[in-house]
Amino acid sequence: MSAQAGAVARVTYGRAFYGLMVRDARVLRREFVSFLLRTVMNPLLFVFVFTYVFPKIGRGLGGGASGGATFATVLVPGLIAVAVFFQGIAAVALPLATELGGTREIEDRLMAPLPIALVSFEKVVFSTFQSVLAAVVVFPLLYLIPAEPVSVHISSWPLLIAVVIMAGLLAGFLGLLLGTVVQPRQIGLIFSLVVVPITFLGCVYYPWQTLSAIPWLKVLTLANPLVYVSEGLRAAMTPSIPHMPVPVVLAALVAITGGLGWLSTRSFIRRVTD
Amino acid sequence: MDPRPLELRHLVKSYVRGAPNAVDGIDLTVEHGELFGLLGPNGAGKTTTVGIATTRVAPTSGSVRVNGIDVVADPARAKASLGVVTQFNTLDRACTVHENLVFHCRFFGASRRAALDRADELLERFRLTDRAGDMVFELSGGLAQRLQVARAIAHRPTIVFLDEPTAGLDPQSRIALWDVLGELRSDEGLTVVLTTHYMEEAEQFCDRVAIIDRGRILVSGTPEALKRQHGDLAIATLGFSDEESARRAAADLRGFGTVDEDGLTLRVATADGAGAVPGLVNAAGPGLRALALAEPSLETVFIALTGRELRE
Ligand SMILES: Nc1ncnc2c1ncn2[C@@H]1O[C@H](COP(=O)(O)OP(=O)(O)OP(=O)(O)O)[C@@H](O)[C@H]1O
Ligand SMILES: [Mg+2]
Repeated sequence: MSAQAGAVARVTYGRAFYGLMVRDARVLRREFVSFLLRTVMNPLLFVFVFTYVFPKIGRGLGGGASGGATFATVLVPGLIAVAVFFQGIAAVALPLATELGGTREIEDRLMAPLPIALVSFEKVVFSTFQSVLAAVVVFPLLYLIPAEPVSVHISSWPLLIAVVIMAGLLAGFLGLLLGTVVQPRQIGLIFSLVVVPITFLGCVYYPWQTLSAIPWLKVLTLANPLVYVSEGLRAAMTPSIPHMPVPVVLAALVAITGGLGWLSTRSFIRRVTD
Repeated sequence: MDPRPLELRHLVKSYVRGAPNAVDGIDLTVEHGELFGLLGPNGAGKTTTVGIATTRVAPTSGSVRVNGIDVVADPARAKASLGVVTQFNTLDRACTVHENLVFHCRFFGASRRAALDRADELLERFRLTDRAGDMVFELSGGLAQRLQVARAIAHRPTIVFLDEPTAGLDPQSRIALWDVLGELRSDEGLTVVLTTHYMEEAEQFCDRVAIIDRGRILVSGTPEALKRQHGDLAIATLGFSDEESARRAAADLRGFGTVDEDGLTLRVATADGAGAVPGLVNAAGPGLRALALAEPSLETVFIALTGRELRE
């Protein structure tokens, strides 16, 4: 009897979870233009200025320190990492601020017949999908715009996919945590206080190894989850550039994702139940 | 035995340690097909009680069963068998009227086709068809409330909870809402639990009511029975020309029952009903300018039980 009831519950949860995904997909389709702009604007301008305008006006960047690769090549994994990360955080934290604030329209999602932890997990899963989409959208820009040569060699597709998905989950859980611990009105502030520093100090514009010149920063940035995403993508896409060993990257991503998953889910449950 | 739609046993909720309990030992059973009203002033614990019954608030102690399902032990299954309209509008603002219904059905496991059909049927029934494509923030309060009710019953629950469903609605929207609830009850045998502080409405529409105050049920029963129990009670409101005569009269009027002073106005709860009028006039003295006698109603029952008016 209880085994049967368990099976029925799993089917119900699965259908409810799928229903939540269908709803999110509908909303994303309606807001697709703003999704694209949000995703594309930052890398587009960055690549345009630093790898198109700068070389044209004779101001090089990067170069020697990165094993002979062009700055444009260094930027490919870095800016994809930022796009995935930023998208993952924004896709969970921004709607959550609305849903938890004032009207508490989250209540409607909470009344779906599944455990509350799965309501928040659905948000993270869907944001991961958006993160992957962001990576796909951003890549061609990074490849096509630069005026200098870009050399990308996918060394391992499974590694690339694993890192992007893990990064999406990690960022989604981080968005969940930020969205639940921060007052909805202050969510904008959090983006400048947390998200911007994370992206600037995430080994996006330079490989981690080059930080040997600034040892304290080299150690400090190890606390930044984005570093492992950038380095993981370097290993998968531009293996000729120095990068962290793959097992280290994967272990760090698994550990951080697990920790944030636990913390953010607990925070969400606390926030929505009295 | 067929489980009851709602059974609350010794329910207690304390939000903040040390503060008085928001719900302080409520026992309540609602029968199949009933329209049950929870009445009480602001802060009485109505929303908290509904929140616990609908899995959104964790009780401190006591038990809640909805259709026999323990809502604390098995919230997901409880949610599948109940519907709720919360005190504030929780419609999905990123979606249209139609989508709010469709996605709600899909959360509850309906196929795409079934969800679309059910949404169309509900739009028709709740006369929202011509607003189907509008975003929900474009709806007036009355229409939004109607949509919330439609959504609450979209997955065919057998019991639905409505927290102050008519608050803030104009009289026309209110009548429309009561009509819809009446239809749902007669067509589908739906059990309805609602909270309100409009006593007149409760009196007119509820099969049974419980009056709650400070987290406890003061009395419960049919509106008729409650009025009968406290039926010889009448509330006389006396207006005076000046505070001095009001104060003087207050002392003399205590012989008739409890006196509530409010500036130039005194309220006397008297057990003698209309028979007390000559005596009241006499005791009030020459400063008396106006006297009104309220018929027994749930409102007078509440005042008799608490010594306070419902809306302060
Ligand atoms: N989340 C909360 N945290 C702390 N105290 C709360 C919380 N929600 C309600 N309370 C307190 O619990 C008591 C009961 O509140 P509740 O909202 O259940 O009353 P109500 O009868 O619904 O009132 P109203 O008519 O104003 O809606 C009040 O004293 C209120 O201040
Ligand atoms: Mg309330």
